[in-house]
Amino acid sequence: MKGFWPVFKKELYAMFMSPIFYAVAFFFLLLSGVFFYLILRQVIMFSYQVAQNPAIAGNVTMPELFMRSFLWNISVITLFVAPLLTMRLYAEERKSGTLELLYTYPVSDLATVAAKFSACMTTYTILIAATLPGVIMLISIADSSWKPILCGYAGLLLLGSAFISLGTFASTLTKNQIISAIITFGILLVLWFIGEAKEVVSPPAVASVFAYLSVSDHLKGLVKGLLDSRDIVFYLVFTAFFLFLTLRQMSSYRWRAMV
Amino acid sequence: MIEAEGLTKFYGPRRAIRNVSFQIEKGEVVGFLGPNGAGKSTTIRILTCYMPPSEGTATVEGMHILEDSLRIRQKIGYLPENVPLYNDLTVNRFLRFAAGAKGVEAKRMRSELGRVISSCGLEKVENRIIGHLSKGFRQRVGLAQALLNNPSVLILDEPTIGLDPTQIVEIRRIIEELREDRTILLSSHILPEVAQICKRVIIINKGEIVATDSPANLTSQLQKTSTILVELSGPSAEFAQAIENLDGIQKVTVENNGTSRFQIETAPSVDLRPEIAALAVQKGCGLLELRAVQLSLEDIFMQLVTEESTQEGAE
Repeated sequence: MKGFWPVFKKELYAMFMSPIFYAVAFFFLLLSGVFFYLILRQVIMFSYQVAQNPAIAGNVTMPELFMRSFLWNISVITLFVAPLLTMRLYAEERKSGTLELLYTYPVSDLATVAAKFSACMTTYTILIAATLPGVIMLISIADSSWKPILCGYAGLLLLGSAFISLGTFASTLTKNQIISAIITFGILLVLWFIGEAKEVVSPPAVASVFAYLSVSDHLKGLVKGLLDSRDIVFYLVFTAFFLFLTLRQMSSYRWRAMV
Repeated sequence: MIEAEGLTKFYGPRRAIRNVSFQIEKGEVVGFLGPNGAGKSTTIRILTCYMPPSEGTATVEGMHILEDSLRIRQKIGYLPENVPLYNDLTVNRFLRFAAGAKGVEAKRMRSELGRVISSCGLEKVENRIIGHLSKGFRQRVGLAQALLNNPSVLILDEPTIGLDPTQIVEIRRIIEELREDRTILLSSHILPEVAQICKRVIIINKGEIVATDSPANLTSQLQKTSTILVELSGPSAEFAQAIENLDGIQKVTVENNGTSRFQIETAPSVDLRPEIAALAVQKGCGLLELRAVQLSLEDIFMQLVTEESTQEGAE
């Protein structure tokens, strides 16, 4: 992984110097704040009903109910955020020609891919972490368990890593950042809703494949605090697969002499 | 030291270079000449491990371009054509990144950055964003990143293209200073520049090497005639008649434009300047100028490139 740190630091610096990051961070935090307020309001209303009729809540506590909805909504925002964070990774380097510099520095292709992905993941983690103060405050007041929340946040990070790996790959396909973002968003939307198709697809084998490929289905358990190794493996394999494709694509550029 | 052996590169069905072979010794400064699209950048990109050749092989400092790619890249300082740079970084930040990527350790970082910044005259723009710099300064930043980690091989692709004359002189001065102990391959299509800096030139045309030698040797090889230029202020009819009778004269052309300018072509082995001078004085023609015309690198280049086309046409 020779040359990982310099590329990682450069990517992170470029990310924080970019106005896109601040625009994305602004809307991400605005929307997560709005969802926080609206969901909290709904949960409080619901808790009044539960106070009168405890049976309707089942085994779920109010903080848990809040966190499920809140984290689910954050995951939907991630669907929009990931393409915007990843779109410039390779597309910009190819457009400005700086890939030639990077390719002729003593940095391995693997280190470059890993550094770009990690810098994007760091940025995404910072955004996700920015939602924590409200959650910490709420959980402290409600005196609720931390474990399901940690599990939910781990789920968000796994989901983010899958989305970012796909975005990194899409960014190698074109010199145009907008097209790169559209490709990422399009594929993510298909993979988000593919689980719904299981209801209408006739051979059960195909339906189960569709259900397995659904990026949203694998998150449902994690945001509920259910740590299922199948979901974790799915996201990790998904991430590794697209990072591998990115690496192959970069090698292919060398061989095909595409600038 | 650089050694290229039978390099061929295809871009899809189009062949960019064919069977390119040459050798550059340690410490040599070699010019890589050719018209636009001749295959200079393709050859350079193969040598810098940016892309592999379709056929053939090359070694840099004794290391194979495919097997020791990372180690070669550590030894090479490369300035690509058009100087691609990260426009949103400051000069200092970019050089810090490049130094880190090239393996400069943290404890040497400050001194290494200081060295290249001062040798390329970047002190005043060190903290400015690259995207806001003039073309001349961008070129210097490109050169500075190539010099990081003191590479033993420098490959510069069109380092002075698009610069104004003052900037060209500046960049040339920097390159002159760098030549000690370094192997330098300088690609250009600006011939006087190469003639001034390089002891040896490699000329490439349509993807093939057409000549490799020092400008002086190329001149003597390609010079089929010697040309003597004579300018006279007085009547020259008698002089013209007299020189036609000299032994060894092949062709005489005269241009009358206030003064008479004679262009006299002779066999390359004879030097008729003393006889011509004596004749001019004897005939009282008012000798203003008499000199032997040397083939410039430009003439050699044009001759080689034209010869290639003619041969191709004949085939």
